Amino acid sequence: MADTAVVRADVFRETVNASKFGVIQKPLSTWERIYNINAVRKVAILIFLAVAWEAYARWLNNPLLFPTFGATIEAFYQAIFGGGLLGKAWTSIKVLLIGYSAGIALAALLTVFAITSRIGTDFLETLTSMFNPLPAIALLPLALIWFGLGNGSLVFVLIHSVLWAVALNTHSGFLSVSNTMRMVGRNYGLRGLSYVARILIPAAFPSILTGLKIGWAFAWRTLIAAELVFGVSSGSGGLGWFIYENKNQLEIPNVFAGLFTVIVIGLLVENVIFRTIEGRTVRKWGMQN
Amino acid sequence: MSAPAPLLDVKGVTLQYKTKDYLVTATYRVDFEVFQSDRFVLLGPSGCGKSTLLKAVGGYMRPVEGVIRLKGQEVSKPGPDRMMVFQEFDQLLPWKTVKQNVMFALTASGKLSGKAAEDKALEYIAKVNLDKFADSYPHTLSGGMKQRVAIARGMAMEPDVLLMDEPFAALDALTRRKMQDELLQLWDDTHFTVLFVTHSIAEAIKIGNRILLLSPHPGQVKAEINSLPRGEAESEAAKLLEDNIHKMLFADEVEEEAVRI
Repeated sequence: MADTAVVRADVFRETVNASKFGVIQKPLSTWERIYNINAVRKVAILIFLAVAWEAYARWLNNPLLFPTFGATIEAFYQAIFGGGLLGKAWTSIKVLLIGYSAGIALAALLTVFAITSRIGTDFLETLTSMFNPLPAIALLPLALIWFGLGNGSLVFVLIHSVLWAVALNTHSGFLSVSNTMRMVGRNYGLRGLSYVARILIPAAFPSILTGLKIGWAFAWRTLIAAELVFGVSSGSGGLGWFIYENKNQLEIPNVFAGLFTVIVIGLLVENVIFRTIEGRTVRKWGMQN
Repeated sequence: MSAPAPLLDVKGVTLQYKTKDYLVTATYRVDFEVFQSDRFVLLGPSGCGKSTLLKAVGGYMRPVEGVIRLKGQEVSKPGPDRMMVFQEFDQLLPWKTVKQNVMFALTASGKLSGKAAEDKALEYIAKVNLDKFADSYPHTLSGGMKQRVAIARGMAMEPDVLLMDEPFAALDALTRRKMQDELLQLWDDTHFTVLFVTHSIAEAIKIGNRILLLSPHPGQVKAEINSLPRGEAESEAAKLLEDNIHKMLFADEVEEEAVRI
């Protein structure tokens, strides 16, 4: 067979020694390194927002409608050291933690039931599609009749707001665990609860974490809204009550200080607690970038 | 020497699985026997049910007909006496380091615990030349390294039979050759029994000492032949054997094509 391609000789070359290169590795500049720190970038955004707030409020010049950032911080400071804001925040957080953990425990029960049997799956799916769209706050009037004016009704609506988000995410996380990984687990002779705990939960952890975050946010909103609606629970009001009370007295900087507290707690939980968990788990394992 | 009892005895095994619309017969009355220290290869084109057969030996599905016996015991569920090495790279648990992955197999199955498990894990990690990466997480390793960890994990369990489902199929050609050589070296070391699934004739001749040829749709035994002695995988005899196997596996197709013409 005639080869039509042009005939060429083999070519061999020597590679250049690495010492001849100008740059193989060079440390980043100080500015690049600072910019690479996550916290620095986030703080910069927060500072920008605070400056924008201050500028707009000064331009508007109506402290009754929109107090300046400075006035809010001052009210915040006063409220902490004179107005018992910390105590009120703690009251809210205590109720929140009770409702949140109870919701997670129930969600765990439901999902384990759902993955071990087909009727359990149907049960979870039906309940989720029924109750997930139902705003927790809509159940509050009913809860007040059932559990009275106190922490009981608050915990009830909190459970309702946490349960479905966490259960739905956990269940879909379990379903998306790869078949190979399941077979590996069964190969070791794992079954039942130890199979769930040692294979399914870690493998589905990214989804579970998302569920926990959404659940946390839902719980926080529901709680503040519930406190705004019926205020004092068992003698000492929470943050929602603090906001409501100050609005009635037209102490608008205090209202902003209350809202500010809600925001600060949200930022802390998201950026400190959840971020640490993420860093130690899914990021370290390469399941999330 | 009188004939020893087979380690793994597969008798008249028919396997079926359901898809959404069909009931598919994957293999039909397959028989073979694997003896101690065999490197037994299941070879066939895609669709001959060789992976399904391996899953049945692994205990992940039950035959509708026939029986699979390991050391005289009927296989009914997955267990650590038959360790699987899969083709996929995601068979390592991403939340555990290399060492923890190997250790977890030992501790979860209740075979060893504590220091003993750690020593055993490190011993086999060293065997696959990954000592330096014992504390790395799987996502930082290359595909070939992940497969080596999976092999180390399978061997550390010292199972009765190691089941390998095309473990090198997802690797590039150069790495694959290296891994084949390493697997043979490991076998020289410990003489483990392995049941190896592949669709590459050359790989079957290189790895196996005994080769089971399966025909497709549904898988049936076409032949059970001896491979060449070790070290002759590149010889003329190997080429001849390769051609022969190729003819046996694809004879029907050639006939079919001839009819069509």
